[in-house]
Amino acid sequence: MTRYLLTRLWQSAVTLILASIVVFIGVRQLPGDPALAMAGEEASPEQLAAIRADLGLDQPLLTQYFTFVGNISRGDFGESTRTGTPVVDLIATTLPVTLWLSAYAIVVAVVVGILFGVIAERYRGRWPEWFANGFALVGLSVPNFWLGILAILYLAVTLGWFPASGYVDMVSEPLRGIYYLTLPAVILGTGLAAVIMRQTRASMIETMNTDYVRTARAKGLGRSRVLVRYGLRNSLIVVVTIVGLQLGGLISGAVVTERIFALPGFGKLTLDAVFTRDYPVIQAVVLIITLSYIVINLAVDILYSVVNPKIRVGGSN
Amino acid sequence: MAMTETVTTSRTLGAPGLGSGKGRVWRSLRTNPLGLTGGILLAVVVLAAVLAPIIAPYDPTEVHFDTPFQQPGTVGFLLGTDDLGRDIFSRMLFGIQASLQVGVLSVLLAVLIGTPLGLLAGYWKGFDAVISRLTDVTLAFPFLIIAVGLAAISGPSLGNAAVALGIAQIPTMIRVVRGETLRIKESDFVLGAKTMDASGLRIMAQHILPNATSAIIVQATVIMPVAVIGEALLSFLGLGIQPPTPSLGIMLSDAQQYIFRSPTAAIFPGIGIAVICLAFNLFGDALRDALDPTNTSRK
Repeated sequence: MTRYLLTRLWQSAVTLILASIVVFIGVRQLPGDPALAMAGEEASPEQLAAIRADLGLDQPLLTQYFTFVGNISRGDFGESTRTGTPVVDLIATTLPVTLWLSAYAIVVAVVVGILFGVIAERYRGRWPEWFANGFALVGLSVPNFWLGILAILYLAVTLGWFPASGYVDMVSEPLRGIYYLTLPAVILGTGLAAVIMRQTRASMIETMNTDYVRTARAKGLGRSRVLVRYGLRNSLIVVVTIVGLQLGGLISGAVVTERIFALPGFGKLTLDAVFTRDYPVIQAVVLIITLSYIVINLAVDILYSVVNPKIRVGGSN
Repeated sequence: MAMTETVTTSRTLGAPGLGSGKGRVWRSLRTNPLGLTGGILLAVVVLAAVLAPIIAPYDPTEVHFDTPFQQPGTVGFLLGTDDLGRDIFSRMLFGIQASLQVGVLSVLLAVLIGTPLGLLAGYWKGFDAVISRLTDVTLAFPFLIIAVGLAAISGPSLGNAAVALGIAQIPTMIRVVRGETLRIKESDFVLGAKTMDASGLRIMAQHILPNATSAIIVQATVIMPVAVIGEALLSFLGLGIQPPTPSLGIMLSDAQQYIFRSPTAAIFPGIGIAVICLAFNLFGDALRDALDPTNTSRK
């Protein structure tokens, strides 16, 4: 167990370092000379050199990389070139919105996905299975931002059941916050729910064909109880892994969901930064998403090995 | 949404010598109603894309300021017009063409890079650790983030969207090919080739790759819909294809601005994306069943 944890930690550390190098190199590929941008077009070569020295751009690349890593580890992401606000402050105000949205969407997806997966297995060959399968197919085929537009049109505007846009702070007004986030979270969770449903069902079929389930059934345990006691428990492991694997998709989905519902989150920050060429913000956004992806997957793997002791380092691929 | 799904049954795919044959695959595809539906939808979509310049009644960028917001069924405009009076039907055809272009490009990228890396990782243990770390790094960058980076470096475009989507799919492709290689590596005919002193590269090219082809094809049908939705999403956000070039994503983002005036303009592009993805998902599922020799009973 300790050996597994150490190997996994070491692997994540290597991934982190490689990812930070990718971002470091990527940022240097961005068009435009930062010194020229700061000094203006009429700057003399001496002024430019002075600014370069000030920014550390005259240092060897390796030194620049370590300065870059050092700054990040101190939480210093620089300042937005557009507004002059420290990037950390921008992140602190936008990240909670996205975290709440994603957490809510994951809850929706897990509940709906498992429920439909169980239904599909329990009522095999009958209409509930077809319904659940149809849901999964639609969930995988229909782009969720289109669903979002339709939901605003029909559920929010025509029927008036939900607000069409806006965000209410979850901490100070939790109930209204949940109400405002419901439609976005359901829309964001649909695709994930479809994937979870399919995998839950596949894992259940596998479990229901094992010998110990046959024994349990032979001893008189009802089909539904077997489903819940053995099938569901085994599929939970699958669900944990999928949520980890699908985080990348969830992040992309969150960006577009925030755009449609006009939520002031991380996605809006990202898009605004891209269109205004606000490089410090882009760099910070890319780094934070990458870091959180690596850390969350490490956590998922550790959780996984705790839940299922059969899995050791060889199974991580 | 850009959700990926790996082929879970890939391990059982394409096992050699179990009565696999083109005839059996065809029969299985033809008799599967969902697969048949997928195949027909796929044919329609591909024809629409290829024949777009011939079928389309108007140039997709041609504006008609005197006839904006026409409803579907209007004489001359089958699916109506948008805010600038552009013909939605013509724009849809060219949008589907763009979707498939990006889809095919990103599949090619994933296959061309993922297959050799997967073979190497599966065959030589020494490569495995290195390639696994590379895969982990790639996985740490969601496609949207890759697209954001590429857009920041060289501006948003169709090519950048395809590259971002393709790169994001390389890890799953490596994983599929690596799994197949690990499995096929142990078969008797590979051992036989080894005893005849065949080199590793030769074994990979002549024995492993042909047997891994069906898994690669199935994975490609999984990547296509993900890439099509991804393209629409990037173009919707302004990170993909640039106006006035038609794309289903751009049409959706335009239509969202005047959705209360003309909701149909937002409905058709979405249906277009859904039909393309449904076609590939249905066809891919059926193909997976058809190519799986251990599976003769599944409906």
